[in-house]
Parts: sequence; structure tokens; C-alpha cells
Amino acid sequence: MSFKNDKLIRQSVFRAAKGLWVAFPMILGTILLISFISVMVSKSFYISIFSKNIFLDSLIGSLIGSISAGNPITSYIFGGEMLGHGVGLIAVTAFLVAWVTVGIVQLPAESAILGKKFALLRNFTAFVLAIVVAIITVLILGVVV
Amino acid sequence: MKLREISGSWCFLFSVVFIYLVLFVFNRESFFSGLNFFGQIIYKIIPIFVLVFVLMSLSNYFITPKFVMRHLGEKGFKRWFYVIAGGILSTGPIYMWYPLLADLREKGLSYGLIACFLYNRAIKIPLLPLAILYFSWQYILVLCFVMIFMSVVQGVVLNKLMEVAPLSVP
Repeated sequence: MSFKNDKLIRQSVFRAAKGLWVAFPMILGTILLISFISVMVSKSFYISIFSKNIFLDSLIGSLIGSISAGNPITSYIFGGEMLGHGVGLIAVTAFLVAWVTVGIVQLPAESAILGKKFALLRNFTAFVLAIVVAIITVLILGVVV
Repeated sequence: MKLREISGSWCFLFSVVFIYLVLFVFNRESFFSGLNFFGQIIYKIIPIFVLVFVLMSLSNYFITPKFVMRHLGEKGFKRWFYVIAGGILSTGPIYMWYPLLADLREKGLSYGLIACFLYNRAIKIPLLPLAILYFSWQYILVLCFVMIFMSVVQGVVLNKLMEVAPLSVP
């Protein structure tokens, strides 16, 4: 194996380790926070936020996901625990999709580099599509599985 | 280390640890219940993190911005395919890709294709094992397909909204 290839492998592994290390405090903090909330807040509270109306639930899920930021790993852990607390799959799906497709935190950078109109339209359509994706995904799962 | 050098993520972690310290003082039972819950989650996800690390290393090795840029120059339907694949395979923070996408925009890549690329960045192959652990592979498979389809819908809609016809890359 050539020296150049060796260096490339080392760089790739280092970048992966760095990526996980950067995400580490946020992931650990989130898991600790989830554990705290799970102990302090009853399951009935989560269920009371969501009304079992597919449009309203997906809207709430998409809203929470849009204003949240961070590594997708955090959203999987958070979404998984939400499911465990009795929150519906449509709301959790909208939350997961909005988390990774709507970027409120990155909006200033996106506007500055790619244009304000594009950034606003892209994020708005991503917000709406998170609801559509959630409904379609759960409908397909209901038919297929 | 100076206080201003501590990132927001670490501040967040320290804040949560502080909450636990307060809990330890005032409600020891809830403190231990919380720690027990925390331990259960950590035990569940640690093996998956090893797999995530290996997959991230592999994608860093094989997928570079140069590799993605070379394939975004394709024409017609092929271009949509490469934009989707590029979005899924691209690594690193999203803002790292903005300058490259702005450069491609100047070279003729439509806003719709840029939006499609950014939407598909939401699908992260190295993180799929963790997602499957929480949501089942059937769910993740369906979700990925629906998201890929919707990324094209968003691209087409954005092209209309931006009133920009797709241009060809020279």
C-alpha cells in the first residue's frame, strides 16, 4: 500500500473520529437530558401535546424538528424515546425529517452564500414536505407491513 | 482553557450535568432513576457507534467534494441521479458545501438541483444502523425512498418558485 494511500486512510479515520468527538458532548448531553425528562415528566404529558390528528401531530412534530439543531444521531435517539413515550409515528417522522432537512440555525449562512430567496423557499418547502413525507411514509408502512 | 473557547455543545453538556448535581442534592431517587435510564440507552447504542465510526471512515475515504463535483456535471436524468447520490454520500457539515454549491450554481446548476442535493444530505448511510436500531429497517427503507422522491419534488417546485429554468453545465 502506497504512502499516499496510507495517509489518506489515516486522514479519513481521523476525520471520522473528529466528527464523532465534536458530536460527543451534544449526544451525551441529549441522552442525559432525555433520561432526566423521562424520569421527571410522565408519559401522559407527551401524549397530551399530540392530539392523534395526523395533520396537527405532523405539524407539531415538524415545528419541533425545525427549531431543533444538531447531529442526526441526536434526533434518532430523541425520536426513538418519543415513540417509547407514546407519541405517534407520524409526529415522530415529521420531527425526524424536519430536524435534518430544515436548517433554521444555518439559515443566515445559506442566505448569504446561496441567496435569501432560495434559502427561505428551500427551508419553507422542506418544512411542508416533512409533514407530507411523514404522512406518506406511515400510510405506506400501514399498507406494506 | 479560557471560558470563551468552550463550545456551545460542551456548555450544554455541563448544564445538564449541573441539573443532575442539583437533582442529586434534592431528589436522590430521581437522580439514580435518571442515571439508570441513561445507562440503558448507552448500553444499547455503543455497539452501533463502532459501526457508525467505521462507515464514516469509509465514506470519508471514498467520497470527496472533488468526486461529487465531477459527477454533478452529467446531463438530463443522469444529473438528478448523481445529485441524489451526491447528497446522500456527501459528508461533513452542511455549511461546508454551500460555497461549492454556489460555485456550481454560477456554472449553471439549477436551484432545484441544489435543493435536491441538500435534501438528500438528510439521508446518512453511516448513521442508518442507529436509525434501524430505533425504528426498524422496514420503516427506514420506506422513509428513505419517500425522502428521495420528495427531494425531486422539492427540486421541481423550487425551480418553478425561483422562476429559473434548468441550465446546462458547460
